Amino acid sequence: MKVYTLEEYNTMSKSPEIVFWVGCAGSFDPRAQKITKALVKILHHAGLEFAVLGNEESCTGDPARRAGNEFIFQMMALQNIETLNMYNVKKIVTACPHCFNTIKNEYPELGGNYEVLHHTTLIQKLIDEGKLTIEKGKFEGKKIAYHDSCYLGRINNIYETPRSILKQLDASLQEAKRNREKGFCCGAGGAQVFKEEEEGSKKVNHERVGELLEGNPDIIAANCPYCILMMNDGVKSKEKEEDVMVYDISELIVQANRW
Amino acid sequence: MVQRLIFIAVLAGVSFVAYKKYVRIFNIIRLGKEEEIADRKSERWKNVFLVAFGQKKMFKRIIPAIMHLFIYVAFLFTQIELVEIIIDGVFGVHRFFADKIGFLYSLIINSIEILSVLAFVATVVFLWRRNLLKVPRLVKPEMKGWPTLDANYILIGEIILLIGIFSMNGADAVLQNLDPEHYPATGGIISAAIGEGIFSGLSIGTLQGIERFGWWLHILTVFGFLLYLPMSKHLHIMLAFPNVYFSRLKSRGEISNMPEVMNEVKSMMGLIEESTDAADMSAELPDFGAKDVFDLSWQNILSAYTCTECGRCSSVCPANDTGKKLSPRKIMMDIRDRAEEVYTKIESENIDKKDYDDGKSLFDYISEEELFACTTCNACIEACPVLINPLEPILELRRYKLLTEAKGPEEWLPMFTALENGGSVWQMPDQRFDWANSINQESTS
Ligand code: SF4
Ligand code: SF4
Repeated sequence: MKVYTLEEYNTMSKSPEIVFWVGCAGSFDPRAQKITKALVKILHHAGLEFAVLGNEESCTGDPARRAGNEFIFQMMALQNIETLNMYNVKKIVTACPHCFNTIKNEYPELGGNYEVLHHTTLIQKLIDEGKLTIEKGKFEGKKIAYHDSCYLGRINNIYETPRSILKQLDASLQEAKRNREKGFCCGAGGAQVFKEEEEGSKKVNHERVGELLEGNPDIIAANCPYCILMMNDGVKSKEKEEDVMVYDISELIVQANRW
Repeated sequence: MVQRLIFIAVLAGVSFVAYKKYVRIFNIIRLGKEEEIADRKSERWKNVFLVAFGQKKMFKRIIPAIMHLFIYVAFLFTQIELVEIIIDGVFGVHRFFADKIGFLYSLIINSIEILSVLAFVATVVFLWRRNLLKVPRLVKPEMKGWPTLDANYILIGEIILLIGIFSMNGADAVLQNLDPEHYPATGGIISAAIGEGIFSGLSIGTLQGIERFGWWLHILTVFGFLLYLPMSKHLHIMLAFPNVYFSRLKSRGEISNMPEVMNEVKSMMGLIEESTDAADMSAELPDFGAKDVFDLSWQNILSAYTCTECGRCSSVCPANDTGKKLSPRKIMMDIRDRAEEVYTKIESENIDKKDYDDGKSLFDYISEEELFACTTCNACIEACPVLINPLEPILELRRYKLLTEAKGPEEWLPMFTALENGGSVWQMPDQRFDWANSINQESTS
């Protein structure tokens, strides 16, 4: 198993089927790196030719734009679009709903037009095409509570695909009281994750984790590296880190298949 | 005859004042930045049909939706009756349509009466919910004072209106039996019952008095509403339609581009020719983002005047729900209050909006603490029954703070620096691609 960069592909005069956009969290955060690696395994086992931008990738600019710093957003975005267009990229997959949203919905106006998939959509496609199977057994009898991220769910209307993947794990799927379009934020978006919360009665992630824990799940499943960081922190604050694990959907597939 | 003259005078006076008041609202909305919204017309009409007329979004909360629907449909139907009241008033006739449209007339009267009873029930429930049950979203801090009074005034007005309708129709029902020549049958079932139960046995004179009292009470309350609406959250019964029509159709995830910044950055990166126009070079950098109502799109101000103050947005807001100061409803109310303040001054001192300066801005209403607590989660947008987008002005205000004033949470600075220097949100000793080292080493060993 090897991870190629687009540059390497380019020198081989080849182009990959899809570009894996890793994102800042997926590249640098130790917890989120595990999600990156899980997705690499999935792509590898499904036999999909993919490449990453490697050091040529920058932040999409999502947190800067939402903080209100349009200058830095434009710098990031225009840089990335230049790189992607230079390599003539057509199709992108990413495990981060923020990257997904920005590249899909905001780059076109700046001159970047690509087909962008969130990894859960790609995973479901691979399953449908028979390129990926999920082994049963690993999660039998386990309870998995699903958390909708704002940027995949409410903002991009993807509610059912992640659920349908989770259902194939043989576990029992739990819904939070506020789910789908009513899903409650983890507290990270809008560049909040880079600062302390304003004064209030509690933290947003504690509120959300409290709700997800109501059904005593064994696992909290999410689709966003930032949600996962926030959920982990929330689970710790409730001293439940021994009993409840927080995973991305891709990690659950890797575990099910014992890769 | 005297009644007729009084009515015509009142009607003329009310029309004149109402015209002034509504033109004023129109002008206030135009304080905002110009923006053409003329695309995707069929989608816009579809929204008007489903969301404004059809109340589609209300039905996410079923009980208030049904109660609200009673009042709303009763309101729509009463407008039909209003046409007759005005004709009767102006020409001094009684129930102009009663013997002209036959069966349809009693159908309309009965519909109005049934809906009025339902609206009465709903009004009582709403008063109870707001004042005794104290539903959390209706008693948040920004609702103190006028907003709560306003809501109650309208509900009480609604009850007065219903008393008017039923004393008019009730007395009329009895008169229909006593003096059928002057009082054509209406076929109203509920009014017949009320007439029988309350007004039977009274003299013709008394009944005529009650009927007239009800008639005047009804029409004066309606006129009162008309003049009161422009200073009330109930303006939404009119503005909801244009607001829904002009609401944003682009993808929710797309924050509006700032072309001026884009061009700046492009020329910095050498992607486009640096502008050589001398006039352009010496021009001062414009202010970015919004600091006052003039910098917001007129569509945002229309939204502020459309806001029903229902608080559905704030009740789902993660910041508000965890005790932070940010409340998307308050943001909309603040924009309206500031626009009101600005326009009142413009009106009384006859100043041009370009020269307006009272030393204040939206930031006297909205604090940084509120602005920077937003997670951009879009829950408020999803929740709003009249398609208001509180996030858009929040972001414009943030842009002003960050870009024009260079302010904002200090903790963001390292993130910005890291982005500028290394293209990542964290300043890291590692290279971006280092995560793959372990995998790639394995594959070569
Ligand atoms: S987008 Fe901002 S204001 Fe709206 S609900 Fe989310 S956090 Fe609250
Ligand atoms: S913005 Fe919409 S949801 Fe919020 S209070 Fe106003 S009408 Fe209600």
